[in-house]
Amino acid sequence: MRHWMIIAAFLPILGGTAFAQESVKIGYIDPLSGGGASVGETGLKTFQFLADELNAKGGVLGKKVEIVPFDNKTNPQESLIQAQKAIDAGVRYITQGNGSSVAGALTDFVTKHNERNPGDELLYFNYAAVDPALTNEKCSFWHFRWDANSDIKMEALTNYMKGQSSIKKLYLINQDYSFGESVRSAAKAMLKAKRPDIEIVGDEMHPLLKITDFAPYIAKIKASGADSVITGNWGQDFALLLKAAADAGLKVNWYTYYAGGPGGPTAIKQANLNHQVFQIAEGIPNIGYPSAEAFEKAFRAKYDISLFYPRAVNQMRMFAAAADKAKSLDPIKVALALEGMQFDVFDGGKGFMRKDDHQFFQPMYIASFGDRTEKELFDEEKTGWGWRVAAKIDTEQTILPTTCKMERPN
Amino acid sequence: MLELIIISTLNGILFGMLLFLMASGLTLIFSMLGVLNFAHASFYMLGAFFGFQISRWLGFWPALFIAPLLAGALGAAVERFGLRRVHRNGHVAELLFTFGLAFVIEEIVQIIWGKSPVDFRIPSSLDFPAFQIFSTNYPAYKMFMLLASITIFVGLLLVLTKSRVGLIVQAALTHPHMVGHLGHNVERIFMLVFGVGTALAAIAGVIAGPALVTQSNMAALLGPILFVVVVVGGLGSLPGAFVASLLIGLIQTFAVSINGSLAEAFGPLSPAYAHTWLADIWDVTVAQIAPIIPYLLLVLILVFRPMGLLGTRET
Repeated sequence: MRHWMIIAAFLPILGGTAFAQESVKIGYIDPLSGGGASVGETGLKTFQFLADELNAKGGVLGKKVEIVPFDNKTNPQESLIQAQKAIDAGVRYITQGNGSSVAGALTDFVTKHNERNPGDELLYFNYAAVDPALTNEKCSFWHFRWDANSDIKMEALTNYMKGQSSIKKLYLINQDYSFGESVRSAAKAMLKAKRPDIEIVGDEMHPLLKITDFAPYIAKIKASGADSVITGNWGQDFALLLKAAADAGLKVNWYTYYAGGPGGPTAIKQANLNHQVFQIAEGIPNIGYPSAEAFEKAFRAKYDISLFYPRAVNQMRMFAAAADKAKSLDPIKVALALEGMQFDVFDGGKGFMRKDDHQFFQPMYIASFGDRTEKELFDEEKTGWGWRVAAKIDTEQTILPTTCKMERPN
Repeated sequence: MLELIIISTLNGILFGMLLFLMASGLTLIFSMLGVLNFAHASFYMLGAFFGFQISRWLGFWPALFIAPLLAGALGAAVERFGLRRVHRNGHVAELLFTFGLAFVIEEIVQIIWGKSPVDFRIPSSLDFPAFQIFSTNYPAYKMFMLLASITIFVGLLLVLTKSRVGLIVQAALTHPHMVGHLGHNVERIFMLVFGVGTALAAIAGVIAGPALVTQSNMAALLGPILFVVVVVGGLGSLPGAFVASLLIGLIQTFAVSINGSLAEAFGPLSPAYAHTWLADIWDVTVAQIAPIIPYLLLVLILVFRPMGLLGTRET
């Protein structure tokens, strides 16, 4: 009996054969289980589609692009373990986006690892963690961010809200971590400057990805008499918040960052909020740019989900372009090629990766979700409703200053 | 304000009843078998997933009856073939067995249904607002959850106090050896209690599945609260579990509505350093810490009244 148990304990080793292939591995460190799973899976499919797109054209510098998933359960400590696993598996480029808490831990980890292991550097491509600190106080040469940071988004959103005279009482509800905190403080500061007449009737913070029943929070929003809500909630937190709003019959306008994430459109339709939910993003399916529409059709045909991350498209395409420009896959050379790069973004227009802080600037769109006209070709999650552009903000108008003092490798 | 209080009371009682469905099974199992079943929340999760799968094939109402029976049968099998064998190695071994079982069940659920949430929907016959309180709709499904839990509770009470089986179970709770000497098959009763306990958890899962998210981390989310309920109420006490579940359900729901904080209470009298280095304690609102208040209660109970509110034995 004992002999069999000892043999059985060694069997798993047979599963881990190492491949020394000609491929460039990109480690995808995001939640694939737990509260963030729905968003993590969407991101993984997006990156796999993009890798396939690059491979169909011959890969990057002749090498196949391979996306290696690592499940971090939206936990910073777990992410560091997964990052180390990625390094051990030969990954030189990691990408992550769900959770600025994770991003903060990863950027520190990558910076320290690169300092201690010259020649074995890692680059960190951040596609969705928007805490402004990551390109300000905590900026790093090894970190690149493709999503407009939270302050940029709030600036655009509040500029739009400035012109909406119907907003009188505003409620803030956010996730209780660095990102939620940045949304709330930026919202309060910017609204105070632009619309001091708006009364902020609530300022709520709730635990990240833990609440499954938002009914008590909706009851509070109701009780406050708010007519508009600003929320940075994403993934499950947004979907369940709107689901609770639908159950309670709450009718307010929602100004959000991530209403289009998994479960969001379904909940909005359920709540019957026709063009009352707004989102600030770098792109939506119904902008009318032909190449983006073709991509969207192909993506939906393959995975039956919509493209929630146009920024991931920009990231992967710019990575390939940078590697081509540097004629190398060495992280330092790719990084030097990436900074300052101008690029034609996915939904049309030009963007650029600012050298000072490695923040990408691009055209932004404020869109509302509701019933479609013939011009809007795409619906979301089979609800029949789709996104419609309410305002477009050009790249130059999105630029905000930075306090980053970047330490460069010599 | 009144609207908020009424809605919070309804939601609090609802959550409390759900907790009670699970805690009752847990506390019964503990009293009878002396085993703190770490896998109890996993049976809740199994109930939700069985309910989801069966509702896909046969509809919600058949699922409501079949899923708990399946989970209960599984529970009884676990007791008969697993726990009984481990029993002779002592309490710690039983605890470890249930602890391991919890992990195994979670992994199996992930293998079969995946790691993402599954689309367990509210049956369309219940998908409408039941009534309006002031201007908020209260969903009919939540009323159904409340009524179902209350019915099951009343049923459980009647069975335990009025039926023969119930009386034997009650006797075996405190005097298992005497009951054995009287000729009753105590081992069979243990299996029955384990099966019924897990079936209760499973029915809570089927009911709560559509309203709360049905995902493989369900057990991990609700598991800790369950232990708080059972310890606060008193291990082994069914009325204690009832009181504690309602208490915790109401506290957690009401706490979210309270925006008070030490900063607000003290106002301008706050000391100067309060907003700098004591900021974490001073500025945090009750609403922000609402999810951890039950654990605070757990700590207080263990310090001041370790046998629980209505407990009759020392842990």
